[in-house]
Amino acid sequence: MSEVSTHGLPQSNQTTRGKLFKLQDLAFHQITMVFAMIVLAALAGIIVSLGHQAAPAFKEFGWGFIWGDVWSIPDEKFGARIAIYGTLITSLIALLFAVPISFGIALFLTETCPTWLRRPLGTAIELLAGVPSIVFGIWGLFIFAPLFSNHVQPIIQDTLGKLPLVGGFFAGPPIGIGILTASIVLALMVIPFIASVMRDVFETVPPVLKESAYGVGCTTWEVVWNIVLPYTRVGVIGGVMLGLGRALGETMAVTFVIGNSSRLPASLFSPGTSIASTLANEFGEAEPGLHISSLFALGFLLFVITFFVLAVSRWLIHRGTKKQGK
Amino acid sequence: MSEQSTLTGEEIALQVRGLDFFYGDFKGLNGVSLDIAKNKVTAFIGPSGCGKSTLLRTFNRMYDLYPGHRAEGQILFHGKNLLEKKQDVNMIRAKIGMVFQKPTPFPMTIYENIAFGVRLYEKMPASEMDDRVEWALRKAALWDEVKDKLQQSGLSLSGGQQQRLCIARAVSVKPEVLLLDEPTSALDPISTAKIEELVNELKYEYTIVIVTHNMQQAARISDFTAFMYLGELVEFGKTDELFVKPRKAQTEDYITGRFG
Repeated sequence: MSEVSTHGLPQSNQTTRGKLFKLQDLAFHQITMVFAMIVLAALAGIIVSLGHQAAPAFKEFGWGFIWGDVWSIPDEKFGARIAIYGTLITSLIALLFAVPISFGIALFLTETCPTWLRRPLGTAIELLAGVPSIVFGIWGLFIFAPLFSNHVQPIIQDTLGKLPLVGGFFAGPPIGIGILTASIVLALMVIPFIASVMRDVFETVPPVLKESAYGVGCTTWEVVWNIVLPYTRVGVIGGVMLGLGRALGETMAVTFVIGNSSRLPASLFSPGTSIASTLANEFGEAEPGLHISSLFALGFLLFVITFFVLAVSRWLIHRGTKKQGK
Repeated sequence: MSEQSTLTGEEIALQVRGLDFFYGDFKGLNGVSLDIAKNKVTAFIGPSGCGKSTLLRTFNRMYDLYPGHRAEGQILFHGKNLLEKKQDVNMIRAKIGMVFQKPTPFPMTIYENIAFGVRLYEKMPASEMDDRVEWALRKAALWDEVKDKLQQSGLSLSGGQQQRLCIARAVSVKPEVLLLDEPTSALDPISTAKIEELVNELKYEYTIVIVTHNMQQAARISDFTAFMYLGELVEFGKTDELFVKPRKAQTEDYITGRFG
């Protein structure tokens, strides 16, 4: 305290300032905590209200709601299997296309791209991520689907469709819209996300680590496959899961091109439906009662699936870090 | 260059002639010529930014990775100019191995860290690979410390062990020349002593070129020393002579600690 007085500040002034600081700190702490709590409250609110609204459907159909493959509004019989199948299969096929392409893009951008092209190309990919999903939907329905049905589907049917085991996947009339079209549009939509995450994590690899791999005589491909990928595995998985999460929940673009048929799709060319597109199509005209409740139940299932994907990705990442640092 | 940089009475591993190096527009090396004696240790010393690492990195064309970096002149290795575009860089790097300032184990097991490089060039049965891994680890004086944990991650080792793992990795593909770029600057004195001992062992089978900031280290372990300053080779000669009786005033100033 004697030091305080040598600085010429009256003691009382000093303590009030101290109190004020403490109060400010406390207030700051409380306010930020309230902000963080809003997230938890919103999450809890969504789960509770979804569950509450969905309860009648679950009560009526039980576990059969998940497995049932009849979605009939006039009969008031509702089963989610077709929508769940559509959601999962379109997202998985989308990843099948998007992951290798994104990997290629990220590789090119970080390893082999000439410096002058790096920024414009990176920006273009980020711009692609910013295109509204409805634009993808319109483009998919009016431009891509006709091209696909006129030029690509016949070729696939003449080649892959003739093969014994996989042929069945490509059977049926080539109408342009359907499961495969939705998957391709979804792939285009998630590529920028996966590619930019991959690029960012590839850039975190220390140059000297890559140099030492080149130093034992690796080619660029060997460096990427054996050094860069293992080093960045956690981030790459994270990027893929981010893409999967987006693909699962994507509504507008899928609704445009998936065909919206509530029958189990026989092949990848058949129209189908997804959880999100069923919701988008039917909520407007749904009568209160079992229909609305079933739609809420669908939403609840989508929530569960997304949560599950997130949990699995967390687990994969956790396992990855443990394995590397053991 | 008026500097006498050729060697007589030694077998020569690498002949550098009139080497210029450019980082874009900046000239990093200016007309460097010198001989690297076979199965000897040659040290490059000089203040930071003098070009000693740059010179080392031309020997295995590491600069190729970076756009805008280019070298002109000649580096003769078995009578061929390494700098020519048509040379197979991967083969050069197999013959001329490199160890870096910071230990850089690959993100894989200790065993795989060695086997990975070997597999790039040779196909061999598993038992032979086991022998090769053991051989390389023994060469790097690391075998006794890791023989019970070959399946653990290379990253689990201490810094000094990691650096010896990197030396084992470089040795495992049986190169002729080992380039060491300040290999001990990130290590504690005990690990440093181990690496220096190792360099003394390895020079009977390999030609070693080492860049070091530590003049005592250069004096202790090298047979020849090159002193560089501002991208030029100032003085080159037998280490004993250069440290005891430098011919250039600049060299003397540097080794006596008057600048640098």
